[in-house]
Amino acid sequence: MKIAIPVDENNEETKVCISFGRTPYFLIYDTDSKEKTYLNNSAAASQGGAGIKTSQVLVDNDINAIITPRCGDNAAEVLKAANIKIYKTKNDSVDDNINSFLENNLSSLEDIHEGFHN
Amino acid sequence: MKIAVLSGKGGTGKTFVSVNLAASSKKSIYVDCDVEEPNGHLFFKPNNIQTKNVSVCIPSVDSAICNGCRNCVDFCKFNALAYILNKVIVFEEVCHSCGGCILFCPTKALSEKEKIIGKIEKGISDNVSVYTGILNTGEATGVPIIKSLLEDTKNSNELTIIDCPPGSACIVMESIKDADFCVLVAEPTIFGVHNLSMVYELVNLFKKPYGVILNKCLDVPNPAEEFCIKNDIKILEKIPYDNDLGTLNSNALICARENSKYKDLFKTLLAKIIKEVPNETITDS
Repeated sequence: MKIAIPVDENNEETKVCISFGRTPYFLIYDTDSKEKTYLNNSAAASQGGAGIKTSQVLVDNDINAIITPRCGDNAAEVLKAANIKIYKTKNDSVDDNINSFLENNLSSLEDIHEGFHN
Repeated sequence: MKIAVLSGKGGTGKTFVSVNLAASSKKSIYVDCDVEEPNGHLFFKPNNIQTKNVSVCIPSVDSAICNGCRNCVDFCKFNALAYILNKVIVFEEVCHSCGGCILFCPTKALSEKEKIIGKIEKGISDNVSVYTGILNTGEATGVPIIKSLLEDTKNSNELTIIDCPPGSACIVMESIKDADFCVLVAEPTIFGVHNLSMVYELVNLFKKPYGVILNKCLDVPNPAEEFCIKNDIKILEKIPYDNDLGTLNSNALICARENSKYKDLFKTLLAKIIKEVPNETITDS
């Protein structure tokens, strides 16, 4: 399965990005091949509805689960409709979160916020 | 004659000035275009309220005809549409009702559906007809409500005072579009100058005749006044930072109806503004 984490940079040193809809990149981890790739989030520059578009990008990239510090309600609605699971990050380290996910140690994100709409 | 009252921020005294100007005319229409937070009605307490809903058109999807081309999803600049598991999802509150998705749908799977976004209330308060626009919480834009409000004043020859929303965005542009004159209300602070300069730019862009009311004036140097002098902007009136005014206003009373000093001030101010309006033939006594 493929999991996605919002990240600040597209390199090994990157930390988890605090934003979901406007994250510049996603780190995609394939649990079968153990491969990490980086996905450019084209939706980050959206005038509005960034969370919706970002979620669409993830759906189109066949992501099965996301690990994120937070997520808005419109984004969550898209992810839910696509049966993508939303887990909450435990800290800002990418590897910690991937390992915790693999050990089944992450809880699902419950506090879906109302979005920071302009 | 239509006079719009605006300012770059909330709390400068737009509603205070608008309400008192409208109350100072023999007969007038007061239009509250601050649809996200209309409060002019709190002062006027209008009677015989008539209500009408304002709606916009949003897309409705017939999934049976949708061929999954995604033209609609790609077209929407507001990202109000998503295509998930072979189905188009519409985010109604994100939609700006441009109708583009419907135009670009090759199979006509999208059609228009009406959605109520707010309402207009009309009532009477002595000499003033009070029109209030109310936008439902969470809606994308109040522009359709403002359009509908101003449409209703279009054929009236009465003095119309338009109480604008704060700022200089689309909703303000819509509110001042057909105004014959713009009154800019400014606070005597550096922050006030910043906000005044925003609406000053806007009225220049719209080529509207305008003047400034300096509100909450104290006996100290006023940065907003300095800005006006520097840019050769007409100062229509200086309203003092006055305890009596504050008390009347916080009790939702209309100063021009309660206090003879302010009755005179606003009557004179209104006459001054009317004189400023180019080619104006209406007289108001």
